[in-house]
Amino acid sequence: MTATDINRTIDAVWRIESARIIAGLTRIVRDVGIAEELAQDALVAALEQWPQSGIPDNPGAWLMAAAKNRAIDLWRRNKRLELKHAELGRDLQAKQEMAVPDFEAALDDNIGDDLLRLVFISCHPVLTTEARVALTLRLLGGLTTDEIAHAFLATEPTIAQRIVRAKRTLADERVPFEVPQGAELVSRLSSVLEVIYLIFNEGYSATAGDDWMRPALCEDALRLGRILAELAPKEPEVHALVALMEIQASRAAARTGPSGEPVLLLDQNRAHWDQLLIRRGLVALERTEALGGARGPYALQAAIAACHARARAPQETDWPRIVGLYEELGRLMPSPIVDLNRAVAVAMASGPAAGLEIVDTLISEPSLKSYHLLPSVRGDFLFKLGRFDEARCEFERAASLTRNTRERDLLLDRAKACHHEAL
Amino acid sequence: MRFMMLVKHGEIQAPPPKEFLDAMTKLGEEAEKSGTMVASGGLSPIAKSARVRLSRGQVNAVDGPFAESKEVVGGFAIFDLKSKEEAIEGAKRFMELHRKYWPGWEGETEVRQVLGPEAFDPRAKA
Repeated sequence: MTATDINRTIDAVWRIESARIIAGLTRIVRDVGIAEELAQDALVAALEQWPQSGIPDNPGAWLMAAAKNRAIDLWRRNKRLELKHAELGRDLQAKQEMAVPDFEAALDDNIGDDLLRLVFISCHPVLTTEARVALTLRLLGGLTTDEIAHAFLATEPTIAQRIVRAKRTLADERVPFEVPQGAELVSRLSSVLEVIYLIFNEGYSATAGDDWMRPALCEDALRLGRILAELAPKEPEVHALVALMEIQASRAAARTGPSGEPVLLLDQNRAHWDQLLIRRGLVALERTEALGGARGPYALQAAIAACHARARAPQETDWPRIVGLYEELGRLMPSPIVDLNRAVAVAMASGPAAGLEIVDTLISEPSLKSYHLLPSVRGDFLFKLGRFDEARCEFERAASLTRNTRERDLLLDRAKACHHEAL
Repeated sequence: MRFMMLVKHGEIQAPPPKEFLDAMTKLGEEAEKSGTMVASGGLSPIAKSARVRLSRGQVNAVDGPFAESKEVVGGFAIFDLKSKEEAIEGAKRFMELHRKYWPGWEGETEVRQVLGPEAFDPRAKA
């Protein structure tokens, strides 16, 4: 094995094991920052030793043991410090305390619970959304700072700083390492789902940059979602988010053309949709429904995605049902973006004039002022209504608003097409 | 990246020990929990299989039993993973499990990447 091969194997082992190691260590040391450093130390030891010694038979157990030994060292060191400060009279008691806690049991019991705690602490509301995203990818996704920076088009020091600050905040605020209960669980869970979906969406339709999609981020988010569904199997919205992501991810291969340009839903080659992911998505949606959660926000979005997934051809799409689902979603969480999507569905069900009517009510909406999809959708309706000059203006405006170069090219092409039609 | 693991071994052999089955169940659960295994299955013995073959312009269906093969595919699993290394690492653990809980078992896991539709698109860049 060459040094590169070994390093790649270490990467793979790290990705498989790091979250479990960090979760187990956090339970012992009660500080996610220290736990992560200990785990990192173990990784560094592997990087130093494995190229010489070869990869151990059970590399995961090796890393876990190395991290554990470091935790015990740290624990002893801290205890000794405490001892020095302690009075002589309390020697006996202190000696008893010197007995090392049962790390073995701590690491092997209920690793699932520890992982779930790690999920909740990484997505804790005391952190900014950006910090939650970075910390989640780092601690649970096993991504390096560099990989996160690359995914979010940020510099490595920026992300490193963000993670350091997040860990410090968690320590300063004494955020407990626990799974929230009762009413708190609902809001905390929704923060977790938001973070995962944000990661997914950043991969699914990159807001900036030269690529229309960054599939690796979608895969990371999907993996996190599936892990969460196993950790919290009774939460319908968790399964709903997984369903939504599975179904959206099923279209990944069909969403870009040969030179990386975006292909819109109705133009996609449905034979390229990943039927395995669609089936998984539909099963997750059924589970959501069985748990009584069919009317939750992610469940409704997943149900919409499922309508598309079930249609073998665009003309088989059940648009009236999609309109109904968007109406329900709009009532549940009113948002101009949901209205915009509803407009698209209405246009498909009842014609572009009906869609335009809805979109026109959104023009003055401040939150959509610089949202490129508003003029893009409006342009599409105008185009279908034969109002090519107006359509061209809208496509050009949309192109000026997007930060994604692939999307800009597509919109400018559509503007050009209006020009030809108008002649 | 999607990978298919094909488990191959000599035609059976005695039924697996209970310890092995328990460990397999645990490993399967862990694979589910890791969010990477998207499908899996065990295959019935060759004796119960059928073969449909195109040869010299003729399609023929032949029901078993067939002459013993040296190695048969006994099961499969499909994973969504980051890299081939991750797939190999997973396969090694699967083999470790056999070593530990099923003395005398010999075989292999073949790790094959499942190609996406883009691999067959004639317009796609080489």
